[in-house]
Amino acid sequence: MAGDAKGGRLEARGLGQTYRLESGATREVLRDFNLTLEPGTLTALIGPSGCGKSVLINLLAGYETPTAGEIFLDGRKVVGPGPDRLVVFQETALFPWLTAFENVAYGPKIRGELKGPELTRAVMELLRLVGLDEFRDKYPAQLSGGMQRRAELARALINRPKATLLDEPFRGLDALTRSLMRDYYLNLFENRRGTQFFVTAELDEGLLLADRLVIATNLPAQVKKILKIDLPRPRSDEIRAAPEYLALKSEALELLHEEAMKSFKTGALTAADFVGAYAALN
Amino acid sequence: MIGAMSLKKRLAKLAASRSLRRGLISVALFFVLWELSARLKIPVVGAIPAPTEVLACLGRELVSAYYWRSWGVSLARILAGFAIAQVLGVPLGLLLGFSRKAREIIFPIIEIMRPVPPLAWVPVSVIFWPSAEMSMIFVTFLGAFFTVVLNIVEGVAAIDVRFLRAAASLGSSRRDVFWRIMLPASLPSVLVGMTVGMGVTWCVVVAAEMIATNTGLGFMTWRGYVAGEFPMIVVGMLSIGLAGYLSSGLIRRIGLHFTPWLKGQ
Repeated sequence: MAGDAKGGRLEARGLGQTYRLESGATREVLRDFNLTLEPGTLTALIGPSGCGKSVLINLLAGYETPTAGEIFLDGRKVVGPGPDRLVVFQETALFPWLTAFENVAYGPKIRGELKGPELTRAVMELLRLVGLDEFRDKYPAQLSGGMQRRAELARALINRPKATLLDEPFRGLDALTRSLMRDYYLNLFENRRGTQFFVTAELDEGLLLADRLVIATNLPAQVKKILKIDLPRPRSDEIRAAPEYLALKSEALELLHEEAMKSFKTGALTAADFVGAYAALN
Repeated sequence: MIGAMSLKKRLAKLAASRSLRRGLISVALFFVLWELSARLKIPVVGAIPAPTEVLACLGRELVSAYYWRSWGVSLARILAGFAIAQVLGVPLGLLLGFSRKAREIIFPIIEIMRPVPPLAWVPVSVIFWPSAEMSMIFVTFLGAFFTVVLNIVEGVAAIDVRFLRAAASLGSSRRDVFWRIMLPASLPSVLVGMTVGMGVTWCVVVAAEMIATNTGLGFMTWRGYVAGEFPMIVVGMLSIGLAGYLSSGLIRRIGLHFTPWLKGQ
């Protein structure tokens, strides 16, 4: 397999990303962004859309090169994409021309790590884990939205990545499917325990899933604060009524509110975004 | 017996379908109006031969060797021009789609040539090629070529960047990316290019046959005009329409076989 699930400390040191726009102006999306993802933990990052979350994922995955700073995986500098840091994309990025089985098999197969009955066994194990073993021969377009996301999780996890980067993976799903997906995802996480970085725009999703919740500032994004989520696992939906949960939630909301007001005052491009998202969080 | 039953049932179901009934009524009405306008010698439209005359002519032609030879000759031209267009156009389209350098060098030439309608090439290709047959295949080829190339270039450009990123993360080599991602991802637009290209090919071959030769369905139709056999013109038109419809349908059918993931979408 690509890497044993041990290790997986992913560090962003002084990460900066500035884009040169066609008008000649520049747009600074990240500035001196420092974050360490500890092995085997689940860190969630919350922020409204347009706050540089996807850019951060792209940098960590190696799809873009930062204009400042460096990224380390277990102390080794990483450049470019690789199977040790796998991304679960917004919406779905399953290959439409491959069946569910072939999609999950893609990574180990092209790297020549598994073949024949061994590959089949590994793929079927993952498909069973996400409840898709009976849909192995379906193409992505024949699967429901929730099933597509599950297949996508399986396609990433079969490679035993040291770190999994999830970019709002449940976006666009209805509330019920979303809560089911959370269960599936947590089940997988308990099962494999790789480092997880989960980007979301929904505060409750972050609080229900994460060991730590990172709150980012407005553009240029920096880490504003990291909240430790010391709630017991497994966390059911009822925990939302617990006083510890509500205390964490109100602290997070206060921090997000501060950022919303700041961006409102400076008239930043994302101000409306931020206020809108803040309203949605409430 | 069971087969007959199910056929009966299927027919009954078809007859019961409202959309089919409406379609049949509309077509029947069309033919009645057509027949009437020919019989009553209504100005302009009345000049078109009546459907009964056309049907009689078609009956004669269906047993004539000349009619079927015309089909064969036109089909051979289409097949040759279309096949050459695929053999050259598909790899070129893929190359232009994948390599920016190739695009920058070759695309301007294509952009100059493309707006020239294939039929405008007829005189020059008659001079250029040693035989009428070759010149006709050449213009047929041109008709499909640009459609195929441009569709593929657009198809490759439209590949979702997330597919490429996912492939890169999963450890794909450049070779894997080409064969396993870019090729299948652009296959649907290759097939669209082929289907549209096939339609263009028929337009081109028919017109070219009217101008540059004395064989084929296009010429057969033209001969009907020259000889004043008006029902023959309509028979020619219908045959050409049917030929184009059948060949596009065939391409679509074959295409669906190679893109099973598009079924039922």
